[in-house]
Amino acid sequence: MSAILSVKGLKAFYGPVEALHGVDFEVEDGGVTALLGANGAGKTTTLRAISAMIRREGEIAFRGQPLRARNPEDVARLGVAHVPDGRGTFTDLTVEENLRLGAYTRRDRMGVRDDFERVFGYFPRLRERIKQQAGTLSGGEQQMLAIARALLLKPSLLLLDEPSFGLAPLIVTEIFRILRAINEGEKVSILLVEQNAHLALELATHAYLLETGEVVTGGPASALRADDSIRRAYLGY
Amino acid sequence: MVEFLHQLSSGLALGGVYAITALALVMIFQATQLVNFAQGEMAMFSTYVAWQLLQSGWSYWAAFAVTVVASFLGGVLIERVIVRPFANAPVLASVIVFIGLGFIFNALAGFLFGFSVQSFDTPFDGRPWFGNKFMSAHESGSVLVSLIVLALVFAFFRFTPLGLAMRAAAQNPASARLVGVRVGWMLALGWGLAAAIGAVAGMMAAPIVYLDPNMMSGLLLYAFAGAVLGGIDNPWGAVMGGYTVGIVENLLGAYVVGQEVKLSVALVIIVGVLVVRPQGLFGRRIVARV
Amino acid sequence: MARLVWIALFALAAVAPFWLSGYHLYQFAQVMIYAIALLGLNLLTGFNGQLSLGHGAFFAIGGYGAAILIVKFGLPYYFAIPLASVICFIAGFLFGFPALRLGGLYLALATFALAVAAPQVLAFKGFDAYTGGSQGVQVPKPDALFGLHMNVDQSVYWLCLIVAALLFWLAANLVHSRIGRALIAIRDQPIAAETMGVDAALFKTITFGISALYAGIAGGLDAVAVGFVSPESFGLPLSLAFLVGIVIGGLASLPGAVFGALFIEFVPNYADQLTVYFGENAKALPGAVYGVMLILAMALAPSGIAGLMRSLIRMLRRA
Repeated sequence: MSAILSVKGLKAFYGPVEALHGVDFEVEDGGVTALLGANGAGKTTTLRAISAMIRREGEIAFRGQPLRARNPEDVARLGVAHVPDGRGTFTDLTVEENLRLGAYTRRDRMGVRDDFERVFGYFPRLRERIKQQAGTLSGGEQQMLAIARALLLKPSLLLLDEPSFGLAPLIVTEIFRILRAINEGEKVSILLVEQNAHLALELATHAYLLETGEVVTGGPASALRADDSIRRAYLGY
Repeated sequence: MVEFLHQLSSGLALGGVYAITALALVMIFQATQLVNFAQGEMAMFSTYVAWQLLQSGWSYWAAFAVTVVASFLGGVLIERVIVRPFANAPVLASVIVFIGLGFIFNALAGFLFGFSVQSFDTPFDGRPWFGNKFMSAHESGSVLVSLIVLALVFAFFRFTPLGLAMRAAAQNPASARLVGVRVGWMLALGWGLAAAIGAVAGMMAAPIVYLDPNMMSGLLLYAFAGAVLGGIDNPWGAVMGGYTVGIVENLLGAYVVGQEVKLSVALVIIVGVLVVRPQGLFGRRIVARV
Repeated sequence: MARLVWIALFALAAVAPFWLSGYHLYQFAQVMIYAIALLGLNLLTGFNGQLSLGHGAFFAIGGYGAAILIVKFGLPYYFAIPLASVICFIAGFLFGFPALRLGGLYLALATFALAVAAPQVLAFKGFDAYTGGSQGVQVPKPDALFGLHMNVDQSVYWLCLIVAALLFWLAANLVHSRIGRALIAIRDQPIAAETMGVDAALFKTITFGISALYAGIAGGLDAVAVGFVSPESFGLPLSLAFLVGIVIGGLASLPGAVFGALFIEFVPNYADQLTVYFGENAKALPGAVYGVMLILAMALAPSGIAGLMRSLIRMLRRA
């Protein structure tokens, strides 16, 4: 595959503690790649390392170029939108202000306006609540807002950290349906971190399994879906 | 009655100075969780710079403009060079750095401009506005200027992308970074704005309290009282607090406690509010995360 | 080992009046007075983590209290000073209560307010009869200690030395005891400390009281040593000088109080001499020196001179 993001020997540190011990994987250009694993496996840490939120070592290549950005704002400006765990919405700002912040770095006003329309197309509920304070939105709506904000960055790569977390199954299904639409319609590659392996493997084209800071297996999602023993041992179903 | 209105309106005039200073303090507090103890000395120094320009023959508004811009740049510089290195240090370290800054500005002002009390011109000379009987021209002008500053700051934060980015950076720096906001520069801008506002405050206060290197510690105390009263994490509460403190201080000084102990009014307000209702009138309950 | 150093220091200080005199003796008496005040502040801020920008006010209460008791009530200084300092303890304890609810910055604000307002309150005409308004109160010099044959400066000096030694000894015992560990625990991990049964509220208020007590004793001694008290001497600059003293000297360090006292007593003097080179306005420069040193200290030597000494000793031991 041609990879939009390629990671080799990635180590990540929280202060003096090494949390990732040399991780290798790739995100297919235009596809959805899932990072799976139990709690504490290092999935969130991986996303944070890519976004330069924590100290990291190793090689990260984005769109063929080494990712030299030293801090998250530079990574974002390269076109990597990170929806963090916990959504990261600006709870004291309105929905509209949250969305405008997504487009903060962009200069193309017409493009931004179009993208606002597109985003409301995916998430009509946001248009209804546009003047509302983000903190008063339900969990599902906040997740939608977070994704919408990320889209307004016009990213080529979307990092999603546990979008299903704390949400009712119906909402989760809806969100994943929209994610597929985004992936196909916007041509945005997605790196998805999920504890809900079942959902993730339905959406993803490729998947990797993390365990205590290392990749233990990876490959096409269909293969992981079909592999019973791995599935049962690591994914619990 | 006229006398009462007179006291009320001079309270409003000084209250405007306290209000915008309180706003500057709260701006920095919201962004950094730190109180800039050097705010007063920085404002005083800016006022001296303006005074020097005026002494050299500059016209008032030219000197005003240059001082405000220079103070803005100075604030940005101070944040980048002196405050930034201590971003991850304990609170006590930053407080001491601010106090050190205060010492430096105070000393520089004394060294460069001398310690004798100077008078400072006001552009609002002459006859009281609209022929009113209780506000001097300068007091009216001062209130107007403070309202203009407040309006500009409000508009900036509410309607401009940069203002939005600064608000975001103050509320949730991690998320702000993820949308590409350069949080470090937002902090520097915040300091620049606070310094510029301080310069305006000093220039409005100087015609009333006269210019000397120690003019601002009392003023700063009243601004603190205003910020605490209004709620130290609520900018507009702090503004209301500033005006309130100005009026209360003046009225109490004129009718109750006398002019010489007015500062203790501020002390009582601060301690009283912090004991009875620490979040102030408009702030949010302070909840410490365990 | 450290104890030997302290004893040697005490011995050296004890014989100083035989070869120092007049102004120099007075200066070193001031050093000891400041050291007592800094010790009090250090207990509160360094060991217990409560930032006070207003300890000059407690110093003032001690000073004015002693002065008034001596002049208006005719008490001899050895009753007046302790009595005034008890008043300070109570004042500090009472101030400590609201302080409990205040986090670091709010306490800093409140004590800042105290420091700025103090001179005005002291000069208030309503208290004129006792405080002498803006003129202050003249304090007569004490009789010679124990009726021994010595001049006034020596007497004052030895008084300060004895009191300082006693207070340092008490503070050392406090700091190295369970109470001291509790204080430090409260500073570093207040919630954990509470869950271990440390009554943080009580400790914090008592510490406030004790630190005010120390400042008050220092103030009382100062009133006697200088010979008068006036509102001007007890303003914000004094409180800030105390803070400078403990930071430069070394937070949470007993020797730090001595280093800090030496600093705040002598540095302004040397800065004064700069006026020879830079002209009259250079008397402002001590402030700039203070400011720069504060910032440098936080950047390079956050543990102050005491910390530097400790590092030096460690380096020498290894060599």
